[in-house]
Amino acid sequence: MVADEDSDARLAIARRFFETIPHSAVLGMEPVAVGERTLTARVPYRESMVGNPVTGVIHGGVITTLVDQTSGGAVIAALNATRAVATLDLRIDYMRPAVPGEAVYAHAECYKLTEQIAFARCSVYQPGVDDPIAMSMSTFMRVADDGPTLVEGVA
Amino acid sequence: MKDLMARVAEARRSGDPDALVALIPYARLLGISFSEAGGALEFRLAFREGNVGNPHLPALHGGVIGAFMENAAVLHLLWTQQASRVPKVVDFSIDYLRPGRPETLCAACDVRRQGRRVANVAVQAWQLDEAGERREVASARCHFLLADPEAESAGI
Repeated sequence: MVADEDSDARLAIARRFFETIPHSAVLGMEPVAVGERTLTARVPYRESMVGNPVTGVIHGGVITTLVDQTSGGAVIAALNATRAVATLDLRIDYMRPAVPGEAVYAHAECYKLTEQIAFARCSVYQPGVDDPIAMSMSTFMRVADDGPTLVEGVA
Repeated sequence: MKDLMARVAEARRSGDPDALVALIPYARLLGISFSEAGGALEFRLAFREGNVGNPHLPALHGGVIGAFMENAAVLHLLWTQQASRVPKVVDFSIDYLRPGRPETLCAACDVRRQGRRVANVAVQAWQLDEAGERREVASARCHFLLADPEAESAGI
């Protein structure tokens, strides 16, 4: 099926994009699905990501990084390009702590593209739990078409 | 680690910021430190390759900048307030002003309002230019819950 081939190709590009980002490698973040304007990514649970050693809950900052990168990735998917985008602002509401010991997922959608700005929303969750961990809204600045490419050799 | 808040209080009493940072694994992973001078706290994120988001510029990861600022707000509250537990982030909003260059990033916090249950904290992050002038990198605002409802009703 052509649609599946397209999504496989997009996922392969997203993987290379994630692999070139040093901090994403430090956290072990990886994309799991890429749509035409959506991206789903996960981050495994690691002791080094804990924010509260009493509860073992991962730090809000890890969620911030996951949301920023997943939302930016959704924008790049929507642009169908491998040019970098710059985050203008990002807001996250934390609804509940992540369950310790389990991976955390983020699903982002670029719901509007204008000539210069991209708008994204993102939800953070753990499989099997209905309640989201966090919700986010963000805006990104598109960069010029002659800007740096994210993945060498692809653009 | 049941006596976490006791260890926080001990770090504060002995004036040892590193002992406080050491209690938070993710703050250690990022490489955060802070110091107190003239009654003000200044936070620093030493440059590490692992904190890069765009290796082509190169620039610090936007998420790392946000995480550093959120950490700074938590550490600021733990160091300066009599919190009964680790502050719990409710929301976090960040405006990015410039790319973070591959060098030390600094931050300072302003507790705009602290009630019994919630605190509003503004955080500014900057780097120094060649002339030693502050070059603002990001501005953030966050809310934290400071106490559990049970502690509140028990008058703690």
